[in-house]
Amino acid sequence: MTPAPSRTPLLEVRGLRKHFPLRGGLLQRTYAWVRAVDDVSFDVYPAETLGIVGESGCGKSTLARLVLRLVEPDAGTIRFGGEDVRGATRARMKQLRRDMQLVFQDPYASLNPRLTIEDAVAFSLLVHGTPRGAARQRARAMLGRVGLDPRLYGRRYPHELSGGQRQRVNIARALVLDPKLLVLDEPVSALDKSVQAQVLNLLQELKAERALTYVFISHDLNVIEYVSGRVVVMYLGQVVESGTADALADAPKHPYTQALFAAAPTMDPDRRIERPPLAGDPPNAIDPPSGCRFRTRCAFAMPHCAGAPPRLSSVGADHDVACYLYEAHAAVEAVTR
Amino acid sequence: MDSGVSVVTLPRETAVLAGSPMSYWRTVAWRLARDPATVVAGTLLVLIVLSAVLAPWIAPHDPNAGSIRLRLAPVGAPPHVLGTDEQGRDMLSRLLWGGRMTLIAGLTPVVVAFLLGTALGVVAGYAGGLTNMLVMRTMDIFYAFPAVLLAIAISGSLGPGLFNTLISLSIVFVPRVVRVAESATVQVKGLEYVAAARASGAGVTQILRHHLLANILGPILVFSSTQVSLSIILAAGLSFLGLGVTPPAAEWGLMLNTLRQSIYVNAVVPALPGLAIFLTSMAFNLLSDGLRDAMELRG
Repeated sequence: MTPAPSRTPLLEVRGLRKHFPLRGGLLQRTYAWVRAVDDVSFDVYPAETLGIVGESGCGKSTLARLVLRLVEPDAGTIRFGGEDVRGATRARMKQLRRDMQLVFQDPYASLNPRLTIEDAVAFSLLVHGTPRGAARQRARAMLGRVGLDPRLYGRRYPHELSGGQRQRVNIARALVLDPKLLVLDEPVSALDKSVQAQVLNLLQELKAERALTYVFISHDLNVIEYVSGRVVVMYLGQVVESGTADALADAPKHPYTQALFAAAPTMDPDRRIERPPLAGDPPNAIDPPSGCRFRTRCAFAMPHCAGAPPRLSSVGADHDVACYLYEAHAAVEAVTR
Repeated sequence: MDSGVSVVTLPRETAVLAGSPMSYWRTVAWRLARDPATVVAGTLLVLIVLSAVLAPWIAPHDPNAGSIRLRLAPVGAPPHVLGTDEQGRDMLSRLLWGGRMTLIAGLTPVVVAFLLGTALGVVAGYAGGLTNMLVMRTMDIFYAFPAVLLAIAISGSLGPGLFNTLISLSIVFVPRVVRVAESATVQVKGLEYVAAARASGAGVTQILRHHLLANILGPILVFSSTQVSLSIILAAGLSFLGLGVTPPAAEWGLMLNTLRQSIYVNAVVPALPGLAIFLTSMAFNLLSDGLRDAMELRG
């Protein structure tokens, strides 16, 4: 990836890897590994929205949890504001957590059914030593900001709220700590279309208002295009392409990205182009194909795609792709530079 | 519901409309108070417990004073309202005093199992890995034996007596509670609100206190309450076999045992301790059913 020269990234992820062991049998021996996230690198610049898109099971949610150290990575580095997150002590990590928050996908499982939403939002502040009264005050103000009148809803329990309202509570809970970075793990995919738009607009407003930086994870290309400046496309735990949202939408390079855009429903007749369709399910992450992991579903697969995996290489300004179709292009560019 | 406590007894629907719903436990209490079976069972239990607690003061006779001439007097024969047993001891007094023993022997093991089992289950469930395996496999060893057999085996090796009965019954019930607590912990631990709490920087104790225990204590409490009736029956059973409370102390199971031989002389009097056991365990069962229904979050 080629970072824009004058800016320093807020979040730098390099070579992140997480393989989950599959255990079984009498002695609980590991018999296989799920390669959920394999050598993923990307940068997130201050005040931008980086979209991460891919099919279910491609490791997006694991990636979110790795970045926030909710799941410990096997390898790789995470730097937040230049600081090594994986090397942080327990006390330092607690402080860092104020600056990087997560909004979860499932609005039902992500709220404690025994806490009123006011207490759910205030809990994060209590954890960081805010006195109870002040914490409640700030929680109520935050609920008001996300569109839930604290006088009407503050003392309600999650089961009394709709999905959209719960997701607003989730956003309030994440934002009440005044984070710099918000990782949104499929924040709207469990919601109705009409509610999706409301929540997306709320997120856009909050971002502008609080100078937030978003990492927005979704499987929905329309949503990703709407919110993101730059987009990273993942396939089976690896980055296959990254670039600006416009570049990806107008000229997707990787056959997988092309197939994704071809499969996405669109309202724009000019965008309805015949492209190689994507057939079948993604292969199992337990035993991914050798070389390029997409080759088993790729219309352009060549014999050497099964060999060494293709590396991410530049195909334009801030546009990288990991595909042998573009190796020649990258080589030419390297020479002429 | 008198008007003095109108805040507590305010119907849930009204409270929601007013914009300030009641707290969870208040809702549960309100639902319990509306369920007829629970009210009947609860009233019966209160009476049984009260009569057991007050036995020294309300028992009309000395429970251990027998009379060789007044053996197996029928129910209603004055001055013995419920007749006498095979040694001529007043049945009402013995039933009242026996309730103390039976309730202690029935409740204590469940309370011990609730506390110890929850602690072990939460630790095993939250820690996972090797700790989980060690705790759970140890529990499985106890769980592999039928409850009655295990209680008899432990009581048999420890010898008769109330204290040994309590130990053996506690050993029977702890593994059951551990299993329930462990599976509830594992389930809640995987939910996103626990991950959210971790993401906000909360430590293990804060997560356990505010997020985990609050959500698993309910199901564990309900499960434990279903075990009380079983515990009472097991305690009575141990006494019946001569492994529990020792004579001459009154205990319902023991009374059932000694009166067993008199069943052809007077069928009603020997049935009384059995009826007491039945009513008490039934009341506990109905109460725990009501509790389970009242604690359902939605509905």
